[in-house]
Amino acid sequence: MTTTTERPAARSSAAHAARPAKVRSREQRSPVATALSHLALIAASLIALFPVVYIAYISLGPDDMDYLHPGQILGKATLSNYDKVLNQTDFFSWFGNSVIVAGGTTVVGVMLAASTGYAVSRMRFAGHKQLMWTLLVTQMFPIAVLIVPMYYILSNLQLLDSYFGLILVYSGTTVPYCAWLLKGYFDTIPVEIDEAGRVDGLSPFGTFWRLILPLARPGLAVAAFYSFLTAWAEVAFASTFMLSSDKYTLAVGLQSFISEHDHQWQLMATTSVLIALPAALVFYLVQRHLVTGLTAGAAKS
Amino acid sequence: MAVAVQGAPGKSSRGREPRPGLVERIKLSYSKYWYAYAMIAPVVIVLGVLVGYPLVRGVYLTLTDATSLNTGRQIGVNHIPDSFTFVGLHNYADVLWGPGSYDRFWSHFVWTIAWTAICVLLHYSIGLALALLLNQKLRGRGLYRMLLILPWAVPTFVTVFSWRLMLADGGAINAVLGSVGLPEPGWLSDPFAQKAAAIAVNTWVGVPFMMVSLLGGLQSIPAELYEAAEMDGASPWQRFRYVTLPGLRTVSSTVVLLGVIWTFNQFAVIFLLFGNGAPDAQILVTWAYRLGFGQMPRDYAQSATYGVLLLSLLIVFTSFYRRWLARNEQANG
Repeated sequence: MTTTTERPAARSSAAHAARPAKVRSREQRSPVATALSHLALIAASLIALFPVVYIAYISLGPDDMDYLHPGQILGKATLSNYDKVLNQTDFFSWFGNSVIVAGGTTVVGVMLAASTGYAVSRMRFAGHKQLMWTLLVTQMFPIAVLIVPMYYILSNLQLLDSYFGLILVYSGTTVPYCAWLLKGYFDTIPVEIDEAGRVDGLSPFGTFWRLILPLARPGLAVAAFYSFLTAWAEVAFASTFMLSSDKYTLAVGLQSFISEHDHQWQLMATTSVLIALPAALVFYLVQRHLVTGLTAGAAKS
Repeated sequence: MAVAVQGAPGKSSRGREPRPGLVERIKLSYSKYWYAYAMIAPVVIVLGVLVGYPLVRGVYLTLTDATSLNTGRQIGVNHIPDSFTFVGLHNYADVLWGPGSYDRFWSHFVWTIAWTAICVLLHYSIGLALALLLNQKLRGRGLYRMLLILPWAVPTFVTVFSWRLMLADGGAINAVLGSVGLPEPGWLSDPFAQKAAAIAVNTWVGVPFMMVSLLGGLQSIPAELYEAAEMDGASPWQRFRYVTLPGLRTVSSTVVLLGVIWTFNQFAVIFLLFGNGAPDAQILVTWAYRLGFGQMPRDYAQSATYGVLLLSLLIVFTSFYRRWLARNEQANG
């Protein structure tokens, strides 16, 4: 009882006497709370970082059983795996293929998603609601249903084993989410800007291209990031649709270390690190926009 | 090309279908919005051809007994035509209550539901906790944020491969567990440990997306709301419960829906972690892939049947979820 009677009094007196102090207290927490926050964030960052660092570390070990004795790598760390992967495999041709495919997917996917997102965000044409839900439904398709018929139709369209075919397939998988994201972002841009553009004599496409796209840069950056990563890291479609070895992407090429040289884990680790580097670079370039770009997309569903 | 033309009107014209008496209005809508249709046409064509058509063909395959032995294929210059036959709903009956359907379908079904529920719950709660921590004024916040998004930025097959090395017998995880005297389960061989490992890895992979989305949501909640709550004497818990959570509702409803769909169909993590082994840890998607690609002869019909069942489950879930959201929205004004 004593506590319940005391508490409101103490609180109200604090609120009366020291309101400015109290407002500040929300932003400047007590040292203990700050230390705990740091502790939790450091622990989480270590967990997030560890597998990435671990594989980079394994890639320094020269023998294929080294991953079982990580402690021994320290004594014999060498870059010889990198030398082997870069100079004795088709790494650069795989890398080039991946760049073409992932870059193509980014451009094609973001353009398709942006035009769709803009049309749905601005124009109340018949069917705009159904279109967005249809897009969401396509995210629910398990690739198991799609992969055989897709193979069939790609071979009919002569798009099997071609960059363009794979780019289209990837765009098909990234566009639905990107269109949702960008529609949400376009919704946050005032319609008055479009109207001003139209008054100044721009066509609907001109308004979209010259006024809205430049304003939507954070949203576009996130969509580009998502598209690039999806295409860069995809395995199932790439290994089914790219038939000739000079068209292999990195994800497919990586698997050849298991069959050809039976389980060369250290080379796989090395290639993984080399694959992760460009993705990390793209991530670093867009990470400033990540939070703002994603929010608008998620907030306006 | 004929298919492309078929696919296009399939979706774009759904809303334009000539309802009686509305033809004039539709013509007007078309002349007013033709550029809108022009802007969505590429997406509709691409998705119609690459997703719509395969889906229709996939559904058709479920009604046949197609395997890789009787499907038409090209060998050199010889074209072997399709020779599978129409079997009606036999595949569905066989999968759902045929002999051994518990091992083939229901056990995977239960595990898929548990997998989705546990993973999304962990993604959301850990993501929210980290987002709340990052939403404070802290030294080094930008650095933390960058490190925490890293699992998302590094390609899945790279990180899953790293996890596989760490989880292997004698790998880093068991070395740590052993050194502090804890049991060392066979993460990649023991059925129960496999499931735990799969959930842990998928949680690690999925948290950053939730965290970033929720962080954005937190930043869009006006600070005045917190100040007002504080002046009314709300405790931190009350502020969280009555200001933060309602403020996150729109973001949460979207990311949870996406999370459920993506986790349900999370192919990469389980496939890359266990390959074709670990029959118990296979969720429905990877199991369907295994039927269609991981065995000889490839059973296209059964594989597609699983796919269609998966899709129907998700559609049912989504429609209930949307209805539940709409009701909630009404209840909360």
